[in-house]
Amino acid sequence: MNTPLSWIKDYVPDLDCTAQEYSDRMTLTGTKVEGYEDLSKNLEKLVVGRVEKVEKHPDADKLVVCQVNVGNETIQIVTGAPNIPVGSSGQLVPVVLDGGKVKGGHDGGPMPEDGVSIKAGKLRGVPSNGMMCSIEELGSDHNAYPLAPESGIYIFDDELINELSLKPGDSAVKALGMDDTVVEYEITSNRVDCYAVIGIAREAAATFGKTFKMPEVKATGNSEDINDYLKVTVNNTKLCPRYCARMVKNIKFAPSPEWMQKRLRNSGIRPINNLVDITNFVMEEYGQPMHAYDYDLIEGHEIIVDTAKNGDEFITLDGQTRKLDDTILMINDKKGGIGLAGIMGGENSKITDHVHTVVFEAANFDGVNIRLSAKKVGMRTDASSIFEKGLDPNNAEAAINRACQLVEELGCGEVVGGMIDVYPVKDEDIKIKFEPERINSLLGTDIGESEMKEIFAKIGLGFNDDSNEVVVPTFRRDLHCTADLAEEVLRFHGYDKIASTLPVGEATTGKLSYKLRIDQIARNIAELSGFSHAMTYAFESPKAYDKLLVPEDSGLRKAVVISNPLGEDFSIMRTQPVNAMITSLSLNYNRRNGDVRLYDMANIYIPKALPLTELPDEREQLTLGAYGEDVDFFVMKGVVEEFLEHVGMNKKLHYDPVCDKSFLHPGRKAYIKYDGEIIGYLGEVHPEVSLNYDFKEGVRVYLAVLDMPALIPYTSFDRKYEGIAKYPAMGRDISMLVPKNILVGEIEDMIAQRGGKILESYRLFDIYEGAQVKEGYKSVAYSLSFRASDRTLTDDEVGAAMKKILNGLNGMGIELRA
Amino acid sequence: MNEQLLKITEEALAKIDACKDLDMLNDVRVEYLGKKGHITAAMKEMKNIPPEERPAFGQMVNVARDKVEAALEAEKTKLQRALREEKLKSEVIDVTLPAKKAKVGHGHPCQIALDEVERIFVGMGYDVVEGPEIEWQEYNFTKLNIPEGHPARDEQDTFYINDEILLRSQTSPVQARVMEQGKLPIRMIAPGRVFRSDSIDATHSPSFHQIEGLVVDKHITMTDLKGTLDEFAKELFGPETKTRFRPHHFPFTEPSAEVDVSCFKCGGKGCRFCKGEGWIEILGCGMVHPHVLEMCGIDPEKYTGFAFGVGLERIALLKYEIDDMRLLYENDQRFLNQF
Repeated sequence: MNTPLSWIKDYVPDLDCTAQEYSDRMTLTGTKVEGYEDLSKNLEKLVVGRVEKVEKHPDADKLVVCQVNVGNETIQIVTGAPNIPVGSSGQLVPVVLDGGKVKGGHDGGPMPEDGVSIKAGKLRGVPSNGMMCSIEELGSDHNAYPLAPESGIYIFDDELINELSLKPGDSAVKALGMDDTVVEYEITSNRVDCYAVIGIAREAAATFGKTFKMPEVKATGNSEDINDYLKVTVNNTKLCPRYCARMVKNIKFAPSPEWMQKRLRNSGIRPINNLVDITNFVMEEYGQPMHAYDYDLIEGHEIIVDTAKNGDEFITLDGQTRKLDDTILMINDKKGGIGLAGIMGGENSKITDHVHTVVFEAANFDGVNIRLSAKKVGMRTDASSIFEKGLDPNNAEAAINRACQLVEELGCGEVVGGMIDVYPVKDEDIKIKFEPERINSLLGTDIGESEMKEIFAKIGLGFNDDSNEVVVPTFRRDLHCTADLAEEVLRFHGYDKIASTLPVGEATTGKLSYKLRIDQIARNIAELSGFSHAMTYAFESPKAYDKLLVPEDSGLRKAVVISNPLGEDFSIMRTQPVNAMITSLSLNYNRRNGDVRLYDMANIYIPKALPLTELPDEREQLTLGAYGEDVDFFVMKGVVEEFLEHVGMNKKLHYDPVCDKSFLHPGRKAYIKYDGEIIGYLGEVHPEVSLNYDFKEGVRVYLAVLDMPALIPYTSFDRKYEGIAKYPAMGRDISMLVPKNILVGEIEDMIAQRGGKILESYRLFDIYEGAQVKEGYKSVAYSLSFRASDRTLTDDEVGAAMKKILNGLNGMGIELRA
Repeated sequence: MNEQLLKITEEALAKIDACKDLDMLNDVRVEYLGKKGHITAAMKEMKNIPPEERPAFGQMVNVARDKVEAALEAEKTKLQRALREEKLKSEVIDVTLPAKKAKVGHGHPCQIALDEVERIFVGMGYDVVEGPEIEWQEYNFTKLNIPEGHPARDEQDTFYINDEILLRSQTSPVQARVMEQGKLPIRMIAPGRVFRSDSIDATHSPSFHQIEGLVVDKHITMTDLKGTLDEFAKELFGPETKTRFRPHHFPFTEPSAEVDVSCFKCGGKGCRFCKGEGWIEILGCGMVHPHVLEMCGIDPEKYTGFAFGVGLERIALLKYEIDDMRLLYENDQRFLNQF
């Protein structure tokens, strides 16, 4: 909301402060000022000048030489403006004198911070001692000043000259209404009263301890009775609690006076004509949207407020056809709809230049309904965005009377006597019990009762001494309970005036949840292993599955779908973490970052059923991804094992190459199993997938994914010291010829199973395939270590264990070498 | 005999002193103490000495031998040290040659900032908890005093799955979930991912992180909220940091406030970083609305509480002076390496 400070001062006449002070203090009482703009900034030595004589420039066809009376002297100015022709005279124009400043160029481009200095000089050899200005040079545009020419010097019009008795030498800043500061507010949604000048003025008065003066609204209207002209029926008083109508005959269109244009312009509203300007002015001032209908176009001279029927259509005044249903409230006449209540009028009742009699509507509509209706018809207008906040029905009458008063003042027409007011249930003030001690105990303060009452009084709340209640008028519909009153007290007592304390009471031990502790270890191990923390989006494109070669019928494609996504690329909640990881790696690859290692810890979302009827399973995944010189499958495997070891998962891991991950290399992938459960997978990215993600052919990309919820049950922080071995170990080596299809994992399972308690460890120390090994076999060598914790082992004991192992290996078709 | 022994000893000592290296020294040792050495030979003379003189003679030889042995040992140490020094001289390295680093990865700036925030609040006795990212509208809105039709439902540009389920637009639903469990007092923070339908640009992202804070106990006051957040701001941004509480509106707190911290770049004088204001907005907070307490089964007559919500990205961007939010989700290694 942008409002000129001068308008606020109309209702707080004693307000005397700089714009900065105003901003600071208003912000601290809750009316947040986002910024302000001094409209006269960089407008220096700017006066009204009268063109006395315009002659041809001797050396330039496009330039003219003007003699301009600027009050105490007449100066020569050379200009190239098209609207000051040779031979013309008498125009009053804004003139910047030698040494003055304007805001920008006449092209309306971006304005320099310090403005543009104007100095006397020569134009094609002819002295020029100032500049006549276009509206763009003064920092505005044709929109805000409709009388300004599309191109050329701004020329003051006669009405304005008369209204302000303008003469050469007067301040042009003032004449243009630029002697003002526009303040931009961020109004919170609960303070619908502050979407109006009078609401903000009331806050300003309370903030600065000054008197707030409502605009004076006098009785208006001729001796006629509106009821003789018009009938209003409201069939749905829930959606339309109040409907006020008044009428104006003999409409006379004219531009509104400068004081009104200035207010509107400086509020960012384009002045149009007196009638439109009045409704806009009242909207700004009272925060009550109004609508005007052409009386002669209202069939049967009756207005009926009712919901539409399913399937109805309606053409709004922007010419668009809108589809309706039975929840949308309509303003109808005898024949049908003439307005979408609270949103936009109809084309059929639009005010034209030929209008003779106008019906003003100031109504109150149910905010929620307006919001939903605006959504349904796909159109959020200025009016609907105000109505949807829920307005004060008691404001409607004040606003419509204010409008009629302005009609009379501006001579815009003849106001018909009386008002039609359909208001079956009057909205009453709310009463809140005054409990100062509760307010203080919530705030932790010791604010006196009298200070509290003073605060209530200055923001327009009443007080009933008999019942000891605060009386909240309907314009403050945000106040309901003691906590609300506490905020009002605190706002004006000062948020900065209260102490800073720390909570007392029962001490609590702060801690991370168990899961978060495990997460922390995962992050530490990943980082110590050279992986950097990546963060990615939880939503992605369903096309990711195609890039990852996921089969059409795969369960992985059953994702939670966002009904209103930012676009297809962000439309499903991911069911795998690898698309985001490969995408991040690819970005690095294509920016020529060598040797990249990333990890991500974030959720995937697995729906239990689709469409969703309960919350999906959110499963946190530790995803490691890498490419580059010093990474391969086994580096990834090493990081996984390092992590699992550090979270107390000391059992042997199993790697199962039978793994259905389509995006991994068929010969270089595995499920990671712990205690028979799949806890993750790892592998090299399928070369076709790498190409899909813009890696060059032949670049190997590696992934490892751990499903945190699957492994967390196996984790533990328990550690037991097992002592350091006292008795010597006995070593034995085995060298064998192994059929190629047997995995070393299977050999290890056999060794572990047969070795018994005394087998301490085993270590692969050689694996070889090639010339010296017979066809279909590989040579594998293990070093075994045996040890007992309570004695020195004998050769016989070790021999027996070795025999068992060797028998077992033999049974697998493995040949032992000498 | 005595004189001869003394002479031998003198000779030996002189030779030892003249040794240039360990080999020469060994030769001297053999010459005097070896099997056929002069002192060893003197010992062998013992049998030719009358028995009554033997003890005195023995002692004399022993003294001579000890002397030579000690001298040998001393010279050996001296020569070894000289040798070592020689070696050290030849082993000088260029200490400015590049380091061989263990390639350690880098944390994400958001995570680093979160760890910091967690550390501060855990230290103050807060538990760190989590809640679901795909959430019931009931928890995201209704239980937070944002009933159906409330304009705040539109303000937050929420992503919906269907009428009942949405992507949480704030971490505040975790408040409701924790309060419902009914274990009092509550001191918790809940960090997590939230979603709002904002297009991606330098200052917006459709997915970002918040940290929710909640304290519910008897006698919790607005001044406690102020003190807690003062403490937090000082810990996070430095001990000189000041806070400014401005009245604001959130449906689930009353009174509510937005909190600014004094610009840590200019100290509050006003600079480009704080857009000349001297203050930087960092969070929203307030006293838990009595309706919210009630809806979550806590008696607002007995208990009060405060809550706050901090944008993690905002903290990270401010603290590390990152000028474009998109960098946080690109994961360019050159960016991450700086944290």
